Amino acid sequence: MINSSSDNVKKLNSINRRMFITGSLKFFIMVGIISRLFFLQVKENKKYLTLSDKNRIREWKLAPVRGEFHDYFGNVIAGNFEAYQLHVIPEQVENFKYVIYRLKDLLELSDSEFKKVLKKKKEIKPWETLIVSNNLSWDKFSKINNHLYDLNGVKPVISISRNYPFDENFTHIIGYVSQANEQDIENTELIKKNFVPGLKVGKIGLEKSFEEKLIGTNDIERYEVNAYGRRISQLEFQKGKKGQTLKLTVDTEIQKLANELLKDKAGSICVMDIFTGEVIAMHSSPSFDPNLFVFGISQDNWQIIRNDPMKPLLNKTLQGRYSPGSTLKPIVALSALENEIINTNFTVRCTGKTELYDQTYHCWKKEGHGYVSLRNAMKMSCDTYFYEIARKLGVDKLSETAKKFGLGKKVFDNLFEIEKDGLIPNTQWKKNALGKGWLLGETIITGIGQGYIQTTPIQLCLMTAQIANGGYKIYPKIVIDDKDKIKPSDYYTPLYKNSRNIKIIQDAMFGSTNEVMGTSYRSRIDNPKYQFAGKTGTAQVKKITERERELDLKTSEIPYEQRDHALYIAYGPYVNPRYALSIVVEHGGNGSTTAAPMAKRLFKLIIDRHEMRQSINQKKYLEI
Amino acid sequence: MYQHTRLTNNNFTFFQKFRNFDYILLICILLLGFISLATMYSTDGGKILFHTKSHFTKLMVFTMMMLFISFINIKFWFSIGYLSYIVVVSLLVWTYFFGITSSGSKRWMDLYFINLQPSELMKIFIILCLAKYFHRMKLENVNSVYTILTSLIIILLPMGLVIVQPDLGTSVLIAVSGIAVLWFAGINHKYFIYTMLGFVISLPFVIAFLKPYQKLRVLTFLNPDKDPLGAGYQIIQSKIAVGSGGIFGKGFLKGTQSYLEFLPEKHTDFIFTLFSEEFGFVGSVVLLVIYIIIIYRIIAIGANSRSYFAKLFCYGFGAAIFVFITINMSMVLGLLPIVGSPLPIMSYGGSSMLATMIGFGIVMSARVHSQQLIA
Repeated sequence: MINSSSDNVKKLNSINRRMFITGSLKFFIMVGIISRLFFLQVKENKKYLTLSDKNRIREWKLAPVRGEFHDYFGNVIAGNFEAYQLHVIPEQVENFKYVIYRLKDLLELSDSEFKKVLKKKKEIKPWETLIVSNNLSWDKFSKINNHLYDLNGVKPVISISRNYPFDENFTHIIGYVSQANEQDIENTELIKKNFVPGLKVGKIGLEKSFEEKLIGTNDIERYEVNAYGRRISQLEFQKGKKGQTLKLTVDTEIQKLANELLKDKAGSICVMDIFTGEVIAMHSSPSFDPNLFVFGISQDNWQIIRNDPMKPLLNKTLQGRYSPGSTLKPIVALSALENEIINTNFTVRCTGKTELYDQTYHCWKKEGHGYVSLRNAMKMSCDTYFYEIARKLGVDKLSETAKKFGLGKKVFDNLFEIEKDGLIPNTQWKKNALGKGWLLGETIITGIGQGYIQTTPIQLCLMTAQIANGGYKIYPKIVIDDKDKIKPSDYYTPLYKNSRNIKIIQDAMFGSTNEVMGTSYRSRIDNPKYQFAGKTGTAQVKKITERERELDLKTSEIPYEQRDHALYIAYGPYVNPRYALSIVVEHGGNGSTTAAPMAKRLFKLIIDRHEMRQSINQKKYLEI
Repeated sequence: MYQHTRLTNNNFTFFQKFRNFDYILLICILLLGFISLATMYSTDGGKILFHTKSHFTKLMVFTMMMLFISFINIKFWFSIGYLSYIVVVSLLVWTYFFGITSSGSKRWMDLYFINLQPSELMKIFIILCLAKYFHRMKLENVNSVYTILTSLIIILLPMGLVIVQPDLGTSVLIAVSGIAVLWFAGINHKYFIYTMLGFVISLPFVIAFLKPYQKLRVLTFLNPDKDPLGAGYQIIQSKIAVGSGGIFGKGFLKGTQSYLEFLPEKHTDFIFTLFSEEFGFVGSVVLLVIYIIIIYRIIAIGANSRSYFAKLFCYGFGAAIFVFITINMSMVLGLLPIVGSPLPIMSYGGSSMLATMIGFGIVMSARVHSQQLIA
């Protein structure tokens, strides 16, 4: 018993000692855990709070509302409309298969459209939005709304989208928008910043050039989400800014008339204010409906546009390079006067053809014009006269004047990336580009706007405007940009050496339109209010052979691709001129029969609308 | 001495037993039960759903059971020490052959009304068994080779059965429970130190034998940011939840990390994370203090017990509970690799609560019968 009791005491001593050791160990461990808690929850609290917010808050960007385009009078030419769309978030749908087939029936989707939707579904995550249809008709939209009880997880959405109310009328000015592709995102910082799936960006035209002003900023929705990315509740809605609305200088009514005049023809019409450089109308025909591109163009429509022999995708006003033909004659004559090669009394005898440097050069009039002075040569567009003065002038002096008046270089600088320079040849150019010396015969045909020379319709219009305003430099513009009020330093600087020379050319152009024997006499308007002065042009597409010359076929008898281009430049009213225009009708045959009559109809409308345009201007000043 | 004998021979009346209750311990356990219910309610998203209901039922049943156990004389628990161990070992063997496989391991046995996890019970019954084994042993015999080998077998047998399930976490906790008793029984310091050294040296070899997912856990623990969405996810999200709680927490039912399902296994192993996110540093310390009081009371009961068996059980159980708590908390606070170990009473899970409540019951019985001598 004593033994056992002493053993018990020993055992108790041992266990108590060890309990003490364990107790101290426990104390230190507890202190460790509490300090860890303190470190995480008190010291590092901010860091973990941020991380927790990052976990639970997610931002959703919505497509920004795009800025609009208005014409000079405030009419919307590119606006926004409410598109009825149908969104489905797959993970919120209990029976996706049932719902999607139900939708197929209700929306009457074709098999290929249906397959596209299924393919899209596979590409996205289950909590992302699947856009089943992006532009529903009201009928179908309301039909879906009536069946919503049956379509769990389907969301009818009203989304804002681009709309071009004048369809094809302005396509070549403003262009169109379509879904942003990877290249767009890469090239433009603002697109990258504002990108959301389905964002539409400008692809061509002003829509593209002014992308950064038009795009606006996203609406931002902040949602609390769970670990699987499902939205739990909306925390905040931050309204974005609508893109800037751009006002253009164009007049919708005149633009519409230009469209109407060139209907079923290939060509270009542009109208310009000769003092301000404002483009009143600019149309390239044929055009196409930009609305087709907004939600992605169908393959069929695309093929129709792409394969059209009249090339609707080409902006003929800015990209089309045409021989100016006789519309160059005012510049040739002006150059000769300015360089004092000739004076108004200089006369040439036209016999219908002339032999120069072992080559025969024909006048358009087989019988010849007889003795012609400068004024009559312009009026009747005598080629022989211009062969002669071109020969005397030389191509280098001619090209200098032509370039001064705006030919051979981009009119809008970099506003339209597609714009072409055209070509005003001289001896230096030929040596550099072709490595050959200039031939005198080439000077002769340059004198009537044939050969190497190539101009765009907008350049011809600018040239005409600068002749009409008395020979002063202007800078054409198409967007009214209030911030950009500083004019280039050479604005309105004279382009002539002697202002009398400009008057002579203006007078000759008057004769060409308003006097008997003038090439566009039949298209004249006698009323001085509308009276205009112009110059016809007929540009050969191919060299005319001797045989063809003998046949003397009518335009309608020649195959379409071989017919001449018809050109016309004009300005009006003759007294106190204000507007200039250029018309090109591809394969239109003859300038005087095809292009000049269009000018007549245009001037009537342009001058009728002049006062209205002025009053808008004055109102602007009053507001200031 | 005589007096003591007299007392031992006396059977206590019901009211005497009732008076002998450790009310502080009881209140703390009930308080803990209440907190765990509230937390469970929060994991259900502020609704009384499956987990809350089930946890409540278990809490009620097992608390009643704990009270029942405490009225049974400590002698009875002494007498079933070996038997209960053998029964649980057989359950483990049964589980090995006929257990239910869930998420890759065979841990549960189907008892029709409840899925029992015998390995959890082993955490308690190994203490009971070893306490009985050392109860009558003379101190000079404790360090004999025979004793040490026998006790090692007692520990290693269930450990092995649990490791093959596979469930490393629980087997380590079983070992800890057993080793705690060996320590209090007076096994030489040297052995513990040698074992520790041996463990550290063999660690690289042990790691080589680990299952890939276990290896991943260790590696992830060392650098959770390496794979933030994969294996490191649990640790990172848990730290974010605790850290974002701050001093006073985000408020009851307002823990975004758990509410928005960023927290993994929030009902079970990560319940402390949720609690800590909602109640902050202050709440966490309060919870810790409750645990500390419970452990302190268990040790105090052991210290006041006359029988060596009761002392050994209480000290062992107190140490084991302490280790369970610290391992779980260290794990969710990013101090230890993720091993499946529930937080006693707080975590959802019947077997764990059953085992803990049996332990509390035996401790309470030791208190009620503190003057009971065991021959």
